Amino acid sequence: MTAPMVQAKGVIKNFGALEVLKGIDLTVERGQVCCLLGPSGSGKSTFLRCINHLERIDAGTLTVDGDLVGYRRHGQKLHELRESEIALRRRDIGMVFQRFNLFPHMSAVQNIIEAPVNVAGIPRARAAQEALRLLEQVGLADRADHYPAQLSGGQQQRVAIARALAMKPKLMLFDEPTSALDPELVGDVLDVMRTLAAEGMTMVVVTHEIGFAREVADTAVFMDEGVVVEAGDPRQVLVEPEQERTRAFLSAVL
Amino acid sequence: MVTLSPADTQAHRPVPDESLEVVPLRRHGRWIAASAAIAALAGLVGSLAKNDNLRWDVVGDYLFADLIFDGLVTTLWLTAAAMALGLGLGTVIAVMRLSSNPILHGMSSLFVWAFRGTPLLVQIIFWGYAAALYEQIKIGVPFTGITFVSWDTNSVLTPAVAALLALGLNEAAYASEIVRAGIQSVDPGQAEAAHSLGMRPALTTRRIVLPQAMRVIIPPMGNETINMLKMTALVSVIGAHDLMSNIQEVYAQNYQVIPMLVVASLWYLALVSLLSIPQAYLERRYGRGTARGQSASVVRRMLGARAWPTRPTKKEAGR
Repeated sequence: MTAPMVQAKGVIKNFGALEVLKGIDLTVERGQVCCLLGPSGSGKSTFLRCINHLERIDAGTLTVDGDLVGYRRHGQKLHELRESEIALRRRDIGMVFQRFNLFPHMSAVQNIIEAPVNVAGIPRARAAQEALRLLEQVGLADRADHYPAQLSGGQQQRVAIARALAMKPKLMLFDEPTSALDPELVGDVLDVMRTLAAEGMTMVVVTHEIGFAREVADTAVFMDEGVVVEAGDPRQVLVEPEQERTRAFLSAVL
Repeated sequence: MVTLSPADTQAHRPVPDESLEVVPLRRHGRWIAASAAIAALAGLVGSLAKNDNLRWDVVGDYLFADLIFDGLVTTLWLTAAAMALGLGLGTVIAVMRLSSNPILHGMSSLFVWAFRGTPLLVQIIFWGYAAALYEQIKIGVPFTGITFVSWDTNSVLTPAVAALLALGLNEAAYASEIVRAGIQSVDPGQAEAAHSLGMRPALTTRRIVLPQAMRVIIPPMGNETINMLKMTALVSVIGAHDLMSNIQEVYAQNYQVIPMLVVASLWYLALVSLLSIPQAYLERRYGRGTARGQSASVVRRMLGARAWPTRPTKKEAGR
């Protein structure tokens, strides 16, 4: 019996006096795609950022592949890890941001090989070869030497996905990956994500794309005001939800 | 679907019955203003050329004199060393100021407050006369009287060292603010992206944040360097044997104040002009990936080309 890829139990997060996560319980099994949906301010992005410790949680436990994120347990106490130890755990967790966050002073291929070369210590030539293969996979083989400013939003986001994949992660986190894109560019990015899911990547996706969630997700989680309102089979949750709050949200966005 | 026959399209187009000539507005004011400015400049140049007190022969005699070259060398190394001290210490202070440690933050603020809040001339004289404050410099255990080494202040703080300390510490206060602004100009998402890839904080700073901060830091630091070159003239008050000190030494003997100041000015102008070349190179180097990075080359810029971003053709192809 192996541990679930992501397991959250009673995760609480405060920003000052404001409680953004009020006890989140969530399990994502290996190879599954979990979509987090909900109105803005519901805490779904914050929860996603807790998974790779970009945000520190205030209570509860959150494990990735059986390891506590950002802490080491000694008896009943959790000791926060040093930055270098946290960095080591983040290697295995890829993340894609709403605003792409490509490094503007590096070309597409340099963006992709930055971490493999400087973090994983892979020889530059081999990393570059791998980067070109990844660029091909996301349909951008001819854009290798372009700088982010020379790429469209959809192209930048696909480079960002390739950059995250270059570290060979066991888990991919997507934080509203298509929300900053022009409508006609959304499809290309979703196609790449669909392929990734079909290849068996474990993914947690914060998204407003209800159609994508229905089609690709194994679990859909609807969050509101820091709690999980409803979770389960997307054909259930996103088609015939049990909760009134979920129904109201769906009728507002569809 | 409506198709237009050639006759239809012709009908919609206004046909000029004769060719009309466009007459641009005559801007008489421009011509008057330009003529007046040229006349004024010609008058000034003419009167300078005819003025025997300027003594171009003295300027010529001293422009390449050994004493002047000695001063130039001092001015140049003083500029370089003070900028190095200022940038190095300034970066440390900037990092302290951005630190979440309240003591470090407070101390860096205090440093900036003190060194930016007093005139540079005062600081130079202060360092020059530091021996009046401490006769000896001792290294030992504080409050115990135990001393490992000690020096005579006057033998350590020579005018050149005092000048370097005064200029460098003052520069550090200004440079720290420039570096801080540069670091803060980088989108926090950049560091988050680097962290999410498993990059440690030090690597993130070195590979991701600082190269992007440089783009913001270099233009004002270029200004600072040019300023520094000229501010070294102030250390003549403590006789540090820079260009200005030596110029003053000469005119104190031969009373040719104006010609000697012309010599100094010509050299400062020449050096400042040279300094803009490395700055242009650095701006191009750290401008990679931005529209400004595509600007005209250094040589073309020296020849007066506009540093306008030409729209990258690759971008068009990318769409």
